[in-house]
Amino acid sequence: MILTVNQSLIVIILIAFITFLTRVIPFILFPDNKETPKYIVYLGSVLPYAIIAMLVIYCVKEVSISTFPFGLPESIAIIAIVIIHILKRNTLLSIGGGTIFYMLLVQFIFI
Amino acid sequence: MKTKALKSAFPHTIPIFMGYIFMGMVFGILLRSKGYNFWWAILMSSCIYAGSMQFVAINLLTSSFNVIAVVVMTFMINARHLFYGLSMLDKFKNMGKKKPYMIFSLTDETFSLIASAEPPQDVNKNWFYFFIALLDHFYWIIGSVLGAIIGSLWSFNTKGIDFVMTALFVVIFVEQWKSNKNNMPAFIGICASLLCVIIFGSSNFIIPSMILILATLTAFRKPIEMRNEI
Repeated sequence: MILTVNQSLIVIILIAFITFLTRVIPFILFPDNKETPKYIVYLGSVLPYAIIAMLVIYCVKEVSISTFPFGLPESIAIIAIVIIHILKRNTLLSIGGGTIFYMLLVQFIFI
Repeated sequence: MKTKALKSAFPHTIPIFMGYIFMGMVFGILLRSKGYNFWWAILMSSCIYAGSMQFVAINLLTSSFNVIAVVVMTFMINARHLFYGLSMLDKFKNMGKKKPYMIFSLTDETFSLIASAEPPQDVNKNWFYFFIALLDHFYWIIGSVLGAIIGSLWSFNTKGIDFVMTALFVVIFVEQWKSNKNNMPAFIGICASLLCVIIFGSSNFIIPSMILILATLTAFRKPIEMRNEI
């Protein structure tokens, strides 16, 4: 553990609180049949796509392409996941298989 | 009445049972590998209960203590929940005492089930939705506790297991790309984030990326809305 117990608890409680806030805000803002502003409706329809794209980048941000293994395990595994998922459309297979494939790559091939 | 609702809700939750036990276990193992035992897994899965956010939470727990980063990251990552709530305003209207729990437990997967699953006619629909939410929550807690316990008993090589988070987002990304006619928002997300990683570096790029994404989406509102209509 890098953080102390108290710091960890603060982080967890904050995350829980903010997460609940993101779920409850619409019910506070729109208690009855109030109409949602069009700009908010628009953002709601497009933000999720942009955020998921950002999270993919977030996951591979520490990968160095200038030193060994040049981001190869990540690139190969991501391409494999995309292909498996387009072919089979099975979320569990894509996530589980892709992760195991990546683990094999970094444990046995790109050592 | 409740038993009947539980019985008819359960079959709908089987795919989520598989997903949450698996993802929950990976979360528990990963959390354990960073020095947090199963009590932490129970605490986090009970009171945070947000799949991808809990994986990000592990990163937040293993970097330096920064309250503002925690608040901003959590809000940015979970901001999509705002729009689940907007879609459930009507369905949750007559939930009474169950309503706070229904709002609390509105994950991506539970949202997708409640939005699509229809209860049989002779079943109380409020209890039906409630049990879907409760079962999902239960699977997630059980999965993460199992992972944290097994992770502490077995010492197999977990190198690379962090990649499950990348795999999860890649799969969601592909799903969205395939099911959506207009991929401009996803494209903007990728470009803005890449640009900000290059300019601001890997540890400071999230907030600039969010601002750039929001600004670009706002600037391109008209063309995006026009393409959405086609």
